[in-house]
Amino acid sequence: MAEITTLHYLVVAAALFVLGVIGVLTRRNVVIVLMSIELILNAVNLNLVAFSRMWGNLHGQVFSIFIVVDAAAEAAVGLGILIAFFRNKETINVDEIDLLKW
Amino acid sequence: MTPGMAPVATPFFFYLLSGLAVIGGVLVITRRNAVHSALALIVTLLAVSGLYLMLYAPFVAGVQIIVYAGGIMVLFLFVIMLVNLERTVKERQFNRIWPIGVVAAVALLGLFVSVYVKGKNLFPEPRLPLAEANNTQEIGVMLYGNYMFAFEIASLLLLVAILGAVIMAKKRI
Amino acid sequence: MLTSFMSYLGSQFSPGVAGNQLWALIYILIIFTGVSVAVIAMNWIERKALAHFQVRLGPMRVGPHGLLQPIADALKLLLKEDIIPAEADQFVFWVAPLIGLLAAFTVYTVVPFGPSQAVSDMNIGILFMLGVSSLGVLGIVMAGWASNSHYPLIGALRSSAQMVSYEVAMGLAVVSAILMTSLNETGTGTLSMIGIVQAQQQQGIWFIFKFFPLGLIAFVIFAIAMVAETNRAPFDLAEAESELTAGFHTEYSGLRWSLFMLAEYAAMIAVSSIAVTLWLGGWLHPFPNRLNAPAWEFTFSLFPALTFGGLAAIAFVGVKRMPADSFFKIQRAGLAVFAALLGLLALLLLVIAIAGRNADTSIAARFREGIDYVFWFVLKVAVFMYMFIWYRATWPRYRFDQLMKVGWKVMLPISLGVLIVTAIVGVLVK
Repeated sequence: MAEITTLHYLVVAAALFVLGVIGVLTRRNVVIVLMSIELILNAVNLNLVAFSRMWGNLHGQVFSIFIVVDAAAEAAVGLGILIAFFRNKETINVDEIDLLKW
Repeated sequence: MTPGMAPVATPFFFYLLSGLAVIGGVLVITRRNAVHSALALIVTLLAVSGLYLMLYAPFVAGVQIIVYAGGIMVLFLFVIMLVNLERTVKERQFNRIWPIGVVAAVALLGLFVSVYVKGKNLFPEPRLPLAEANNTQEIGVMLYGNYMFAFEIASLLLLVAILGAVIMAKKRI
Repeated sequence: MLTSFMSYLGSQFSPGVAGNQLWALIYILIIFTGVSVAVIAMNWIERKALAHFQVRLGPMRVGPHGLLQPIADALKLLLKEDIIPAEADQFVFWVAPLIGLLAAFTVYTVVPFGPSQAVSDMNIGILFMLGVSSLGVLGIVMAGWASNSHYPLIGALRSSAQMVSYEVAMGLAVVSAILMTSLNETGTGTLSMIGIVQAQQQQGIWFIFKFFPLGLIAFVIFAIAMVAETNRAPFDLAEAESELTAGFHTEYSGLRWSLFMLAEYAAMIAVSSIAVTLWLGGWLHPFPNRLNAPAWEFTFSLFPALTFGGLAAIAFVGVKRMPADSFFKIQRAGLAVFAALLGLLALLLLVIAIAGRNADTSIAARFREGIDYVFWFVLKVAVFMYMFIWYRATWPRYRFDQLMKVGWKVMLPISLGVLIVTAIVGVLVK
């Protein structure tokens, strides 16, 4: 395995993506679900940067910067919602947050 | 201007960094304590930043360290400390339908593997190493050239996110 | 291996860029030793300087004029009992000082002591430094949380909120300095630390004086933000003894606490070196383009020898002024030995300055150049270190809400304004 090709990076990104999907689908703790979403976004970023290297231009890298900005915004708002919810219901388990109105 | 940098021990660093990233990912989704998950995510983010450096993307690596590891993870740690309940560590960590989730994720992984195995020719070898010396300048030219509109929208998005986060987390509106 | 040792010696690039790992390792060891010695010296200077500001003497007993006090402190901390709170999260408690220390020391990879005297000149150098120093916040947050007690938790939350707030103003001030590097013919700036100093050399002016007063305002913003960033007075609410019983490192004892102290001083030196590189011309001696006749070069190269000679003379005067009692015999002897060592160092530097006085490529000349670069850089950083101590002795502490108000409502708008005006002036001047 002397030569590290693009495929190697894609496999790593796929592994991170699948781990993030498992985290989102199986965990009960909202903060850990949000962290798994960050894992998914990082896997996508790694894919983009690997393809940017493969094609030799910088479009992938620029797009990955936008994804980082987006992830920051989403993490901030998601955690704000979590805090607002926690103040009302005192729980951070996803399956206990299941009422539209109480 | 600078001499060519011959990659030294590249497979070693690749396997080290990707191993760290994947182990960090596994620890994120399996730890009982949310702070340990956050620490594992920091390890993953730093490892992915190292992988970006290997892919001749120093600016994205720097942005990853500053924004993700230095900003978003601090935010996560703050919130974990604020909503930390003693009983969450002792409760059930995985929800009731977790086998279905794992099966779905494994099916997704199978899909990825089949695409990568069957379509090996879709991913040709990189033509030339990207110039690293003016990576930042080139990204700047693109951000203010092709992607100017997206840049402005991203700044508006951040403004809306700041407002949204402040309003959601305030005690009284 | 000898070839890899010798092949680097004529190079104009830093070891990381030239690809030479052996020399990179040697530079790393030298920097690590240097920073550790600097932290120890800072500890002594801080206690003596604070004491003299407060019209008292400070440590006088442990060595002559307290020179061995830091060593005694280090020994005490090493031998203390390592207390871990019972309910603390063991792993996070153990890892938090390590993260702080790693973040504080990793930045030294890109600090430019000379045009090729850096471990590795990354072309995103300043971005790397800002990013890695923002990882130090994580260490503080985890330390406060893992102690499982409310004073450390509040202290950690306050300290990290303060650090994050002042990072914004710091980053904007840095961006306005980077903007000034692009005011050359080709119009391309650089993020590399060595490139920033070379841009100042090329433009013939230290950036603190460029577009007066814009460079000065940006420098002042950075100087204030860096004091807040390292949790030093007057922004040390989070760790001051009278406020929160030592804040986030309350529950840490012995060696772990000394790791925090080491990380704090190393971070102080790191942000000072950012300030020196970006605004004060790094390794350049004053008036680098006007005063570069060989006579001036020789004069400037005598400065290291003169500095150490001056220190040796001060130590010698200290020996003379000590009472000639038999009680002080050992202290007099110790101080005389210290003065002799400083004098020997001064003599060595003088020999190097004289032997390498021509600007050729002999070993002596290159040694002299390297020493000159490092000397000017370290001198400027030392001035900043003294200013840190001066601030601590002089100003009262900010209350936390005042601190946050200043960070967001005063520093951020001013640094944004400086950035915009610098950009406009830069375009108009072209």
